[in-house]
Amino acid sequence: MTNSIEEIEFTDAILAIGTNTTENHPVIGSRIKRAVRQQGAKLIVVDPRKIPLVKYANIWLRPKPGTNVLVLSGLMNVILNEGLLAKEYIETRTEGFDAFKETIEKYTPEYVEEISGVPADDIRIAARIYGEAERAAILYTMGITQHTHGTDAVKSCANLAMLCGNVGVEGGGVNPLRGQNNVQGACDMGALPNVLPAYQQVASDEARAKFEKAWDVSLPAKPGLTIMEIMDAAHNGDLKGLYIMGENPMISDPDLTHVEASLKNLDILVVQDIFLTETAQLADVVLPSACFAEKDGTFSNTERRVQRIRKAVEAPGEAKADWQIISELATKMNYTMEYSSAEEIMDEINGLTPSYAGITYERIEEEGLQWPCPNTEHPGTKYLHKDKFSRGLGLFSAIDYRPSEELPDEQYPFILTTGRVLYHFHTATMTRRSEGLNEKYPESLAEIDPIVAE
Amino acid sequence: MDQKISLTIDGKKLEASPGQTILEVAGENGIHIPTLCYYKGTTNVGACRVCVVEVENARSLVASCCMPVSQGMMVMTNTERVMNARKLVVELLWSSGDHNCLQCEKNGDCELQDLVYELGIEKPRFDIDSPGYEIEDTNSMIQRDLNKCILCGKCVRVCNEIQVHEVLDFSMRGSNAKVGPAFDTDYIDSECVFCGACVDVCPVGALTFKQARFQGRPWELEKVRTTCPYCGVGCQMDLNINDGKVVKVTTNRDYDKPNQGMLCSKGRFGMNFIDSPDRLKTPLIRRDGELKEASWEETYSYIAEKFASIKKKNGPDSIAGLSSARCTNEENYLFQKFMRAVIGTNNVDHCARL
Repeated sequence: MTNSIEEIEFTDAILAIGTNTTENHPVIGSRIKRAVRQQGAKLIVVDPRKIPLVKYANIWLRPKPGTNVLVLSGLMNVILNEGLLAKEYIETRTEGFDAFKETIEKYTPEYVEEISGVPADDIRIAARIYGEAERAAILYTMGITQHTHGTDAVKSCANLAMLCGNVGVEGGGVNPLRGQNNVQGACDMGALPNVLPAYQQVASDEARAKFEKAWDVSLPAKPGLTIMEIMDAAHNGDLKGLYIMGENPMISDPDLTHVEASLKNLDILVVQDIFLTETAQLADVVLPSACFAEKDGTFSNTERRVQRIRKAVEAPGEAKADWQIISELATKMNYTMEYSSAEEIMDEINGLTPSYAGITYERIEEEGLQWPCPNTEHPGTKYLHKDKFSRGLGLFSAIDYRPSEELPDEQYPFILTTGRVLYHFHTATMTRRSEGLNEKYPESLAEIDPIVAE
Repeated sequence: MDQKISLTIDGKKLEASPGQTILEVAGENGIHIPTLCYYKGTTNVGACRVCVVEVENARSLVASCCMPVSQGMMVMTNTERVMNARKLVVELLWSSGDHNCLQCEKNGDCELQDLVYELGIEKPRFDIDSPGYEIEDTNSMIQRDLNKCILCGKCVRVCNEIQVHEVLDFSMRGSNAKVGPAFDTDYIDSECVFCGACVDVCPVGALTFKQARFQGRPWELEKVRTTCPYCGVGCQMDLNINDGKVVKVTTNRDYDKPNQGMLCSKGRFGMNFIDSPDRLKTPLIRRDGELKEASWEETYSYIAEKFASIKKKNGPDSIAGLSSARCTNEENYLFQKFMRAVIGTNNVDHCARL
C-alpha cells in the first residue's frame, strides 16, 4: 500500500475495485464500513459480484469480468471532460499526461457501457464521487490483477489516482491489499528471481558486489526463473531439483495436471512445511517446520509495517524453525550459516537492505515500523511519494483496453471466476483444521446465474 | 476549543477540555470510578449506572460516563450516597442473574465479581431470580449464557460501532430485555461472522470462548503478543497459553496499529492447526516409493549430496527454490541467500506472482 490502513477510515471517498474486503481483509473491511457509517466517506464498489461491501456503497459498478481497465478508463474520461482533474498536481508532479489524455478520449461512458455492461450514468456518478473528493483512496486486490491485463489495471489505478492528485497525500493512494501475512516481506527480502533484498537488481554489478562482499561468495548475474517458468522447466526436464518452503503449488498454482507432471519429473523435490500438504505428498524429502506460534521473527504487513511474531509454544516432535533448517542445510553444503536467533538474521538484513536499515527488534518491540526506514532514528514512513515520487515524476501510462485472452466460445460458453470466503484461507491447510471455521463454512460452493443453471 | 475547564473531583482541582466527561477526566487524573457498560470509542449509553457520582447542585446522582464537565463543577465520587447507589445497582444485577462463579470461565477476570468485592457486598438484599434461559451451545466457538448477561450492551456497541458487523442488538422490553442477533436466533444461524469481539468485551461470563472452557483459569494463562499468520493486515493479538498449549486468542486495544484490537474469525478461531495431530514431527525421506521417517543428519546429507551432484552435472540453474509468503522476513532472506550463495542460482520465487 502507498498509504496506511488507518488512513482508510479518515478519507473522503474510497474506490474499492476487485476487492471483497470484508471476506479477505475483514479488519480493513471494518475500517471501510466505519468510514462510511461514522465518518461520512463515500464508497464506490466495482465488482461483478454483489459482495457484502455493496450494502455500504453509494454506488456499485458491476462490470463483466475482464473489463476493469475499461471501467477505470471510463471514470477517467468523465473526470477529464468534466474538469475534475488536479491540474497543478499533474503539471508539477507528473509526466506523460498528454499521451495518456489522448488515449482516454475514446473511452466515453457510452462506449464503456457497451462492452462492460456498466450503465454510462453510473460511471458518471462514480467519477464525480472520486473526482470531487478532496482526498480519495483506491483499494484493490486480485480481482483486477489476476488477468492477462492485470498490470494494465494496476497502472490505470495509478493514472486515476494521479489524475486527481491522490498520490502522496494522507488518505489517498493506490493501495493493493496483500493477501498473505508476509507476501510483502517475502518480496522485500528478495525471494524473487530478478532482485536481491530491497529490490536491488541481480543484474546490477554494484548491487551484486555489495552482497558478494557481505556473503563472501560470487553471485550469478542472470535473473532466474519465475514460478511458472520453474514448473515449465521441471516439465521439460531442464530443472532437476526443487526446494519448496511453505508453499502448496499442488493447490495454489494454475493447471494442476501440469504442476503434478512437472513435480513428478524432478530428480529431487524437497518440501519443507508444517503439514504433509498435497505438494509434500509428492516430495522425495520432507522437512518438518515450526509454525508461527513456535518461533521468533517478523512479518511485513500490507502497509509495509514490520511486526514481531514471538515464540509462544514448543514445536511438535523434531520440527524446527525454517531459518534453522536453512542454516543447517547450508552449513552441511559447506557454506557456513550460523545464527543463534532470528534477531541476528535481522541484524544482517539491516546492513544490506536500505529500506529496513532502521528496523531493529528493539525498536519494534511495542509497535511495528513501516518501511522505508533508512536509519535507527527514522520514524518509518506512513505514506509514500510525499512531495515527490520515488522515481521523481509520477508517470502516466497510456493504456488501451484489451479483451481477456480467453473469452467464452462455443466449446466453453461460460465465464468462471473465483472468489474467496471469510472462513478459509489460501489452500486451507490451516483453516480446514479448525473446528469452528469448518462448522461455519463446511464446503466450497459455486454460484451460478439462475438462467444458466436452468 | 482550547479553552480549559476547571473543576474539582474529590477535592482535587483539575483542568479539562470542553466535551470531556467526568469519567474521562477522573480516569486521566488517576481517580477510580468503576464502570460496567463504558467502552471507549463507542457511544456513551449510561446503561449500568455503576459510575454514578454526586455533583454539587445536581438534582440527582449523575452517570459520570455521560456527563460532560462544566466550569466550576464540584464532583464527589465516593460519598455515602454514591456508595449506596452503586451497591444497589450491583445487588440488582447480581440478583437478576445466575452469577455462580464456581464453574464460570470468567471467575477471576469478571468485572461484576470485582465490583461485588470492591463494594464489600456479602449477599444481595433481593432474592436471586435468574431468567432461566437455555445456554446456547450450538457452535464450537462462542458459548452464550444469557442468564449471566447484565445488559451492559458492550457487545452490541462493539459489534455495531467498532467491527460494524451489525448483528447484535437489544430485543424485548423491561425484565424480558435480551441481547442477540435478529429474530432471536443462535449465533451460528445468524449473520454473525464470529470475529469474537463481543466475547472480548463481555465483562461477565455471558459470552465465553467455548474451546477455552476448563482449559485454564484466567490467572494461569500466559499471554504472548504476536502477529496473526493469515492475511496481510497483520493484526496484533495475544495467544493465551496454558500448559504449553494455545487455549484462545484475545486482543488488546492498547496495541493500537494496525487493528486496534479488532480480529476476524480466522485470527480468533483458526488456531486449532497448531496442535493438530497431523503436524509433521520428523524429517521424511522417500524410500521404496514411501515417505519414511529419518534423522535430521541423514536428511541433510541426502539433500546436500543430491543438490551437489545435480549442480555438478547440470549446473546451478537446474535447481530452483520456492520461498514462502507465509514464513518470516528472516526466513525469506535466508532462503534467497541459500539459493543465490549456496546453490548459485537466481531461480527463487514465491506465490506473490500468482
